[in-house]
Amino acid sequence: MSGPTTQSADAPTRRLAGLLIAGAGLAVLVVAPFTGLYTVFLMKLMCFALFACAFNLMLGYVGLLSFGHAAFFGMAAYATGHVVKEWGFDPFLGILAGAAVAGAMGLVFGAIAIRQKGIYFAMITLALAQMVYFFCLQVKFTHGEDGIQGIPRGMLFGLVDLRDSLNMYFFVAAIFVVGYAIIYRTVHSPFGQALKGIRENEPRMISLGYPVARIKVMAFTISAALAGLAGATKSIVFQAATLTDVHWHMSGEVVLMTLIGGMGTMFGPVVGAGVIVALQNYLATIGSWVTVVMGVIFVVCVLTFRRGIVGEILARLPHRR
Amino acid sequence: MVHLLETHALTKQFAGFVAVKDVNLRVRKGHIHALIGPNGAGKTTCFNLITKFLQPTSGSIVYDGRDITRDSAGAVARTGLVRSFQISAVFPHLTALENVRLGLQQPTGLTFSFWKPTRVLYRLHDRARELLEAVGLSEFADTTAGEMPYGRKRALEIATTLALEPELMLLDEPMAGMGHEDIARVSDLIRKVSENRTVLMVEHNLEVVSTLSDTITVLQRGQILAEGSYDEVSNDPAVREAYMGTGGE
Repeated sequence: MSGPTTQSADAPTRRLAGLLIAGAGLAVLVVAPFTGLYTVFLMKLMCFALFACAFNLMLGYVGLLSFGHAAFFGMAAYATGHVVKEWGFDPFLGILAGAAVAGAMGLVFGAIAIRQKGIYFAMITLALAQMVYFFCLQVKFTHGEDGIQGIPRGMLFGLVDLRDSLNMYFFVAAIFVVGYAIIYRTVHSPFGQALKGIRENEPRMISLGYPVARIKVMAFTISAALAGLAGATKSIVFQAATLTDVHWHMSGEVVLMTLIGGMGTMFGPVVGAGVIVALQNYLATIGSWVTVVMGVIFVVCVLTFRRGIVGEILARLPHRR
Repeated sequence: MVHLLETHALTKQFAGFVAVKDVNLRVRKGHIHALIGPNGAGKTTCFNLITKFLQPTSGSIVYDGRDITRDSAGAVARTGLVRSFQISAVFPHLTALENVRLGLQQPTGLTFSFWKPTRVLYRLHDRARELLEAVGLSEFADTTAGEMPYGRKRALEIATTLALEPELMLLDEPMAGMGHEDIARVSDLIRKVSENRTVLMVEHNLEVVSTLSDTITVLQRGQILAEGSYDEVSNDPAVREAYMGTGGE
């Protein structure tokens, strides 16, 4: 799923293994709500997992650390909340609208920031995201400190009642699967090959005639749109879009999730999101100490298994260098 | 057209320091043209200017009758002027086959197809294997490029460059850091690939230059000191003093 792959003799075996893993993953998604786990927790987990996967497309596969992904996540949440609550959009259309807003923002941010690298890229994305934060604090439709509250879940396509938590769960699961599939396909496509080339040796890609800047902007746009998809879905799940979603803390959290899970792996961000969301939920009773616990985990992670949980497991498996 | 590439009064200044000054270079179609000169003579800067990795301060570059002075590096590469680098420019975590395939992928127009599976690129494999065979790397097809010996990496780089069917290949010190055996192999390779194309190369190894190239341009302190065949250049008193005397054989 990650790292160098050879599509030679063992391609059919790999394909089969991939299908089995995908099948197992789907089975887990179908069974999960009946295991007694709180469905809201599972839905939150999927939203953040998708957010982290979208972020990882930039960090893990293009090698650019964006420190402003909360802007896409949060603005999509606001956009969806607004069109669903005020304009009466169908929840599905509302979510698409949110993702589209995030994608358009990604295109603009990407065009501005993409020629920078490393810390400069991170700083520009952070600065742009801060501008979005202050925009959200000031304008009317976001309702400032209150946020948009009481976003109705409504009826999906006028048929399925999303107020039913199980219906809502499967709707979120479907969005997660589609989002994840888009990322998987993007990584494993001719476009993904070009991204790998850029990550490995950018000057060489330029000398081979690739329009490197345009490729990166495209990747950033896809990443932003999917981060928006996650934020939009979250606003329907929690029926609220607030300043927390656009705050830079959110950008930091997604970095944390991706690094703990394993950047540059397909499944790492999902695991990382799981760890962080679970900690936040189950340690909520100890209040602000959660931050300390997460800090300790992060330090331990960086010091002992730098490749992240999934990265470390993959590295130890035989057959994948 | 006799000359595939011409530069007119090409000049590059870095903060007061003139790295390349009034260089009029003319590369004949079908020739192997070598740029030599002592360290710091501006050879690599010239390369970077011609391939548009650097923007010239003044002067112009004409390739195939078209002024490319204002074009971007990517655009220049797409018109058939493709360069290599001083340090090995392979994609270290990809296999040799995937390296060459990236060269082949560029002109296909598939690059932005993020919705298509990687499988659509498999039809390029036959051509990729042909190219690997042409540079003697058949048995390395599935080897990760980073794990290949140095000389083989250079060969892989040439195969990737050839994938674009360049009309003009610019090789920046193709023999740098190579042992004897590798030098012979890569020399043969350059001769072979230059049969129906033009090559401009920067090279330090005079033996290689003397046997391979049709024309030699000697640069010194950013300016052309002499130009001609190896015999003409090596008998030029100014060159003997400036180059052979200090860094020669």
